[in-house]
Amino acid sequence: MTNETETEQTPEHVPMMQQILDNPFLLLFLGVTIPTVLYILWGVMEVASIPLAD
Amino acid sequence: MTAETVVGVGRRAAAADFRTCPYTGLKVDAAAQTLIKANAVAAVVFLLIGGLMGLLVALTRWPAVHLLPADWFYLVLTGHGANVLLFWIIFFEIAVLYFASAVLLNCRLPAPKFAWLGFALMVVGAIITNVVVLQGESSVMFTSYPPMMAKPNFYLGLILFAVGALIGCAIFFATLAIAKQERTYEGSIPLVTFGALTAAIIAVFTIASGAIILIPTWLWSLGLIGEIDPLMYKVVWWAMGHSSQQINVSAHVSIWYMVGALLLGAKPLSEKVSRTAFFLYILFLQLASAHHLLAEPGLTASWKIVNTSYMMYLAVLGSMIHGLTVPGSIEAAQRKNGYDKGVFEWLRKAPWGNPAFAGMFLSLVMFGFIGGISGVVLGTEQLNVLMHNTIYVPGHFHGTVVTGTTLAFMAGTYLVLPLIFQREIVWPKLAKIQPYLFGIGAAGISLFMMGAGTLGVARRHWDITFSDAELSFAHSAGAFLMMGLNGVFAILAALGGAIYVLVVVGTVLFGKKITAGHKLTFPLHAGGGAAVSQYGSHATTKLPGTIVLVAIFFVCFVLYYFINWKYLSELWLFR
Ligand code: HEM
Ligand SMILES: [Cu+2]
Repeated sequence: MTNETETEQTPEHVPMMQQILDNPFLLLFLGVTIPTVLYILWGVMEVASIPLAD
Repeated sequence: MTAETVVGVGRRAAAADFRTCPYTGLKVDAAAQTLIKANAVAAVVFLLIGGLMGLLVALTRWPAVHLLPADWFYLVLTGHGANVLLFWIIFFEIAVLYFASAVLLNCRLPAPKFAWLGFALMVVGAIITNVVVLQGESSVMFTSYPPMMAKPNFYLGLILFAVGALIGCAIFFATLAIAKQERTYEGSIPLVTFGALTAAIIAVFTIASGAIILIPTWLWSLGLIGEIDPLMYKVVWWAMGHSSQQINVSAHVSIWYMVGALLLGAKPLSEKVSRTAFFLYILFLQLASAHHLLAEPGLTASWKIVNTSYMMYLAVLGSMIHGLTVPGSIEAAQRKNGYDKGVFEWLRKAPWGNPAFAGMFLSLVMFGFIGGISGVVLGTEQLNVLMHNTIYVPGHFHGTVVTGTTLAFMAGTYLVLPLIFQREIVWPKLAKIQPYLFGIGAAGISLFMMGAGTLGVARRHWDITFSDAELSFAHSAGAFLMMGLNGVFAILAALGGAIYVLVVVGTVLFGKKITAGHKLTFPLHAGGGAAVSQYGSHATTKLPGTIVLVAIFFVCFVLYYFINWKYLSELWLFR
């Protein structure tokens, strides 16, 4: 890659969706956060809020 | 390549030792190559152990044979689940991760010593768990629900194994970062690597969830913690248990694309569409974990429905996309290769004698028809009650992890042997029939377990005659027949599995070393190396064959879905 093509590849020229898909660590963040919130945290809160029998 | 890239590569060349693959033109880092070999060999060893255990389980559940006594049945069933579902699959997946990062990106594998540490932890963990299972008193099945308690080392082995696998994922991410920094590829990573990235992301969530739940459970079995709440356990455990299946799906879909590319020069129909499908997996696939808890009273309908319906269908959409684009890309490639007559010449003239292709295509078809359709039915809250905890459930997941993942990994092995081990496959005639034998056997066990489950046979049950029950109960003759047929097909599947192990071990030990100019018994496409490692689509919509196949799939899907609703409506009368 020469310097010209490098400047051509500045973020403005790459479509937003492609930028997201080209960023493995952003994907990692999304892929861990979404299930942690929707499945684990929400699920655990529901279980924790079941009243105890006495 | 420009001067700068060459300099970048050159600077590192001292640290890494590359060879160039004569068939694909890819640069293969020696450390990555050895690690891929080690992980693949370990995978096959555990498949052998676990597969044998599967056969013993199936022979016990064959009423006329009823091979093992009850305590051994549960012991072997526990060992079967752990060895095949965890050890075979995850060792192979680590090999896939190293291949898809270092090899496909022409990059060195950073910190190979660390990768070996991960491998060692995985081996030690798998051995510890196997030993403790075989000692008895840990027959808790691979789900290990409390209050059933295994010996502490059962959990410890799994934890060590998981830490080792996490190291493998870390090495994968590090390789992506280094490849980008050292500019060993241009533009976006190849689709197969993107699929592997999807698998690795899901793996991180899977392993973290596993640690969150298995570490306290281990402490509990050591007596350091008073109790583990069973429902809490189930919620967190399934974040691991289900998500690990989604690592498998992502990995085997990548292998489908890889086999298509290497053997036929197939490029995705649209990089954008296929990547979006993987992106849907990253976002939504793991939420489907909730389908394992549909019958639990302690969780609300909102939690269940949001996770298993709204969100999960977006992930199913991802699978539907792959189900269209994988055969579509193969059709497009074959038409370009000259098989352009009629609707199905491309499929008829496909390399059916090449076990990599045969295994891959059978995996694709059976994963969709058997595992996929039954999975959506089971994952629907209302329909789930029809089959919950029956042997329909193992029927369904043998359709996914055996006919889907395992068969795809077997297919991939027929490429790993010549390209990474650099050995010519021994006994090619046996290798040719292997995917068919294993595929038919695995399809049989899936379908007959599903059939028996529909008739009410329970899963994980040693005695379907209820011989010592206070109140007698008799299953229909059909249910017994199904369990017998399951046993017959289990023998076929085991035979197919044994041939696979034989061919792999034979090739690794005695296969002819591949030297320059050697012509492969099962040849690759001339443009395969480029197709698998470069970004690019084969945009076409002239895919009549694929459209017919997809239409057949949808008709089956819709019919089966409605049959189950009809069946439910007959059981569930509102009067
Ligand atoms: C020779 C091939 C195989 C045969 C004959 C076989 C047969 C069986 C049978 C009969 C069951 C017991 C069902 C029950 O009683 O509940 C079972 C369970 C299971 N199988 Fe297989 N299987 C094979 C290969 C595999 C493979 C390759 C995998 C994974 C990749 C797998 C994963 C499992 C799992 C996870 C269970 C559930 C264990 C449990 O309930 O704890 N099987 N298998
Ligand atoms: Cu699941």
